[in-house]
Amino acid sequence: MTLIIAGEKKEYAEGTTVAQLIAAENISDPQSVTVSVNEAFLRPAQYDGYVVRDGDEIEFLYFMGGGC
Amino acid sequence: MALSNEQIERYSRHIILKEVGAKGQKKLLNAKVLIIGAGGLGAPAAMYLAAAGVGTIGIVDADEVDLSNLQRQIIHTTQDVGKAKVQSAKETMNALNPDVTVHTYREFVDSSNIMELIEPYDFIIDGTDNFPAKFLINDACVLAKKPFSHAGIIRFQGQLMTYVPGKGPCYRCVFENPPPKDSVPTCKQAGVIGAMGGVIGSLQAMEAVKYIIGKGELLTGSLLTYDALTMTFRKIKLPQHVANCAVCGDHPTILKPIDYEQAECDGLGLTD
Repeated sequence: MTLIIAGEKKEYAEGTTVAQLIAAENISDPQSVTVSVNEAFLRPAQYDGYVVRDGDEIEFLYFMGGGC
Repeated sequence: MALSNEQIERYSRHIILKEVGAKGQKKLLNAKVLIIGAGGLGAPAAMYLAAAGVGTIGIVDADEVDLSNLQRQIIHTTQDVGKAKVQSAKETMNALNPDVTVHTYREFVDSSNIMELIEPYDFIIDGTDNFPAKFLINDACVLAKKPFSHAGIIRFQGQLMTYVPGKGPCYRCVFENPPPKDSVPTCKQAGVIGAMGGVIGSLQAMEAVKYIIGKGELLTGSLLTYDALTMTFRKIKLPQHVANCAVCGDHPTILKPIDYEQAECDGLGLTD
């Protein structure tokens, strides 16, 4: 299936969960991002159970604390 | 209040814009903007807002100018090292534009002073460098129904979004709670390219100006991200409303500003 991750099309196996996606996208610390699927936020407790579907648009929004 | 001849000349490039005009310029001259943090983001934001003729600008920072600030904080100069940042910032703004009244607040923001600090202002710019302050400013602005611009910068990356009461999500809708201590590096730990503050801080000034003149689309309901290495800007759409947000949701549990434990960025530096 095709996912749109940060605006780019990527192929993933059917049944992929958000937790697996986070690992596959090399996000070293899941606590440093907020995940949105089709413009709705997921919370960390949902990552393991949430299965993404063909055509889903996924964004990883990174914490950025600097202003310095 | 009519514009003086000098003001007509000073602001001529604004006045000629149909979106601004004399009417918009007067709105800017009557506006009050508070900038929290006179650092990488606050420096360019303060300079552009002063140059634009925003009539009253408040600036909050407890720190002094350090030599390591000057690679990016262009409101301060080499001879300002050791001087209070708010004083150095005020001198630069006054030199740029004597129309502007600058109020300085040499303090860190926390739950005891934030509501009072933001109260007199029409728009707030978050130029702080740590999550406790960012969540504090968000919560205070939601509670006081004040619009504000969030921004963050690190390495070659930056982000910003604008909160306007009743129009789109707040910062806490996106980032529920501050990240665990040390899970996200500070600029001191990770570095930041100097011009990043210029890009993102100037965009914060742009949002403030658009809000004041009431023209264009603000970054409400979207997060703008910038990657300087790939030269990519992305405007990421956000949910318009997050029902379970602890501060702006349907059943808020945060009813007054709260202090989180300070991440250890730059020692005491809350707004470096």
